[in-house]
Amino acid sequence: MKALLSGLLEWTDARFPLSKLWNEHVAQYFAPKNFNFWYFFGSLALLMLVLQILSGIWLAMYYKPDAEEAFRSVEFIMREVEWGWLIRYMHSTGASFFFIVVYLHMYRGVMYGSFKKPRELIWILGVLIYLCLMAEAFFGYLLPWGQMSYWGAQVIISLFGALPFIGEPLALWIRGDFVVSDATLNRFYSLHVVALPLLLLALVVAHIQALHEVGSNNPDGVEIKKKKDAAGIPMDGIPFHPYYTVKDLMGAAVCLFLFAFVLFLVPEFGGWFLEAANFEPADPLKTPEHILPVWYFTPYYAILRAIPDKLTGVIAMGAAVAIFLFLPWIDRHPVKSIRYRSLLFKFLLIFFAITFVVLGYLGTQPPTAGRAELGLRLGEAYFAFFLVLWWYSRERSAGSTWTLLAVLAIVFAVVDAIRWDPDKAALMALSALLPLIYFGLFLVGPLVSPRLNASREVPERVT
Amino acid sequence: MALLDAKTDLSDRASLQRGAGLFMNYCSGCHSLEFMRYDRMGRDLGLSDAQVLENLVFSGGKVGDEMRTALRREDAKEWFGVAPPDLSVIARARGPDWLYSYLLTFYQDPNPARPFGVNNLVFSGVGMPHVLWSLQGIQSLEKGERPAGARLEHAVRLEATKEGVNLHNIVQDESGAESRVVDRLVVSAPGSLGVGPFRSAARDIVNFLTYVGEPAKLVRYRIGFWVLAYLGFFIVLSYVLYREYWKDVH
Amino acid sequence: MSADVVDSRRRRFLTGAVTVVGGVGGLCTAWPFASAWQPSERARAIGAPIEIDISKLEPGAMLTEAWQGKPVWILSRTSEALDSVSALDGAVRDPDSSEEQQPDYARNRFRSRRPDILVLVGLCTHLGCSPQHVRVEQASYFGLADWRGGFFCPCHGSLFDYAGRVFKGVPAPTNLVVPPHQYLSDTVLLIGEDSREVA
Repeated sequence: MKALLSGLLEWTDARFPLSKLWNEHVAQYFAPKNFNFWYFFGSLALLMLVLQILSGIWLAMYYKPDAEEAFRSVEFIMREVEWGWLIRYMHSTGASFFFIVVYLHMYRGVMYGSFKKPRELIWILGVLIYLCLMAEAFFGYLLPWGQMSYWGAQVIISLFGALPFIGEPLALWIRGDFVVSDATLNRFYSLHVVALPLLLLALVVAHIQALHEVGSNNPDGVEIKKKKDAAGIPMDGIPFHPYYTVKDLMGAAVCLFLFAFVLFLVPEFGGWFLEAANFEPADPLKTPEHILPVWYFTPYYAILRAIPDKLTGVIAMGAAVAIFLFLPWIDRHPVKSIRYRSLLFKFLLIFFAITFVVLGYLGTQPPTAGRAELGLRLGEAYFAFFLVLWWYSRERSAGSTWTLLAVLAIVFAVVDAIRWDPDKAALMALSALLPLIYFGLFLVGPLVSPRLNASREVPERVT
Repeated sequence: MALLDAKTDLSDRASLQRGAGLFMNYCSGCHSLEFMRYDRMGRDLGLSDAQVLENLVFSGGKVGDEMRTALRREDAKEWFGVAPPDLSVIARARGPDWLYSYLLTFYQDPNPARPFGVNNLVFSGVGMPHVLWSLQGIQSLEKGERPAGARLEHAVRLEATKEGVNLHNIVQDESGAESRVVDRLVVSAPGSLGVGPFRSAARDIVNFLTYVGEPAKLVRYRIGFWVLAYLGFFIVLSYVLYREYWKDVH
Repeated sequence: MSADVVDSRRRRFLTGAVTVVGGVGGLCTAWPFASAWQPSERARAIGAPIEIDISKLEPGAMLTEAWQGKPVWILSRTSEALDSVSALDGAVRDPDSSEEQQPDYARNRFRSRRPDILVLVGLCTHLGCSPQHVRVEQASYFGLADWRGGFFCPCHGSLFDYAGRVFKGVPAPTNLVVPPHQYLSDTVLLIGEDSREVA
């Protein structure tokens, strides 16, 4: 038996690089031995991708992309197909879990400088995957053809209408009709189940290929390939298999436990994963009271909504997503890992996480004057994060920092002058504290006490 | 506005069965449950096909049929202005508490513009007549006294009392000062059920509609328990394996 | 790496345990996906037993009804048709219905509960085409001795007699299927179920 199998392997290896691929990517891929909790999310993202593809294939067997039938066919899956409810909840829960995992995975990259030289391409491919996922989620959300599906799509497509000259014709072309309709549903279905998954898979393969070419970063931000033993193996590296296969297996088990908890016990997750309004069939003549995107889009939606001018809002929202593509050239500080960077850098990252989450929350709430103001200030803080990140890339003189602060003061003054509203004077003055404290801490802080922004020495080997 | 608590309980089969009976008697004339089949409902509620046919199928249909209504949509549109919606997933769209509050807060509204002489506290301008009036009786709305010059007001919460339902409002007068005003729904002409029994009947209907909204919910919890138990065990096992291999590294 | 402390038996055991437990979990996950291919409740509802009123069925006439989406024939046989069945014992492949192509109550000379009524699933046992009913007056075109009509499959030329028995020398291997059925009364036929209590 054993001889037969090894014979078969030999036969295959002479014709296809099976052992070679296995060794390169698994058995003899040397990963740093000091991965921590944050390093689970890469493999978990892959797990989510597989679950989404599997459940999606099965849903497509019963789903009908037809404005007359779509809503009914989803309920048909939920009730009349054996175990259909499980497969559907798998897909709807999976979408949200995918984004949770991907956001944590991206945050890991920012924390440990995993986008820095020589890993810029890995990062860019990753951001493209993220964009692709957003498109997948958006197209997929129309398919149940509920009220939220319908009006959500209507609103997002209308954003394109804000573009000068080409806007309206473009929105019409995307819809293929004067409103979101059967034609829109069909093309979204095709993109959701064929085009984007193909692109997504290709990007994922490229992302992993690029990673395995350069090698993984780690929580110390130390290049393990610089210290090799006599056999040419990184001294701080361990083979991915079995060490990380067993570790990631454990991570997968924990992730699946949480996943199953949501899937079986709270699949709507209090309206965050499946919205109540989407259990009403789409009605082109009646908009639901509160219309909002699913949680993973709401930080950007909050930025869009906070800006009173439609075109500027759309541009800001696009920029908020696109800016990630340029991260490798924004943060060029030589120290990769947050462990050895300054106290202020740590604050900066924590504050960015808070900004993102609060923006996400604001995006789900009906707008009030106070919320809109907070949204705008946090939108400013969102972009200020990248500015400060860039500013921290190298030593800056006191003079240049004061110059930057002066420029910022002018920019903020102009923005507030443009949107000046005497009714909201008190509110605007109060909210102006946010940028004042932000820049006071992150830009003036290092001038007052250079220790606040001093990096520590990076060790030679991983710890 | 805080709604009344429906306190639904899907494990209460007797309540689900009563709810099915009430629904078929009072609601199914106009509202369909077209994503649901009689036999599936019977199986889930512990009724045999024969029982379902005898007690719940009025349209002379088969036990495997979808639960449609005999009312034609065009006729309905003419009579009610809108076609009565299908209620298969209404409990998921509106929530059980809303449905329960809705069923309890119909009241007599003398406004001649109201087609059936009734209105509703959670669905203002409702197009549906109060079909359960013979059970509940007729409620009238006793408005609390507003302070002089009151302009803005909004409803805060509903409260079930012994006599009926109270609606708490916050009313703002011209100076901007806020005060609380309570409107009361009281039964002015009693129906065949008292306040308590009618509430429990309404709860049965809502319980039934909650079941219809997601029949799989009955099995979902049960299976979920086993899946989580299995995964919990697998986490422990994979943790032990992980520790075993990582002895090499540390 | 300190290989000396490795307890390889424990390691093998744990790996095996995780593989087995994980494999069981994987199989359990595959189960819902495989089950989702079973007929849905809608398909089952459509495929539920059907009641047919045969009071208007004249001798020699045939009704075609859909049961589980398949054509079911209800044929009222004349005495001439029944005689032809008896005469064809030598020409058909399975004259005594020894193959399991019918419920026990139809394993008899005329393959039916009542000699005058024949109930068959109208799908050829060769590759599933629906054969045509050939009437007594059309049967002579086929030039077969003793054949007084029955069923002819246009796809591959299989021939069946008035009891749904297949001829020798044609592609179809077995007799036509008799579905489960019962008479709820003299004039009401139930197809798809044969154990309902009749009041």
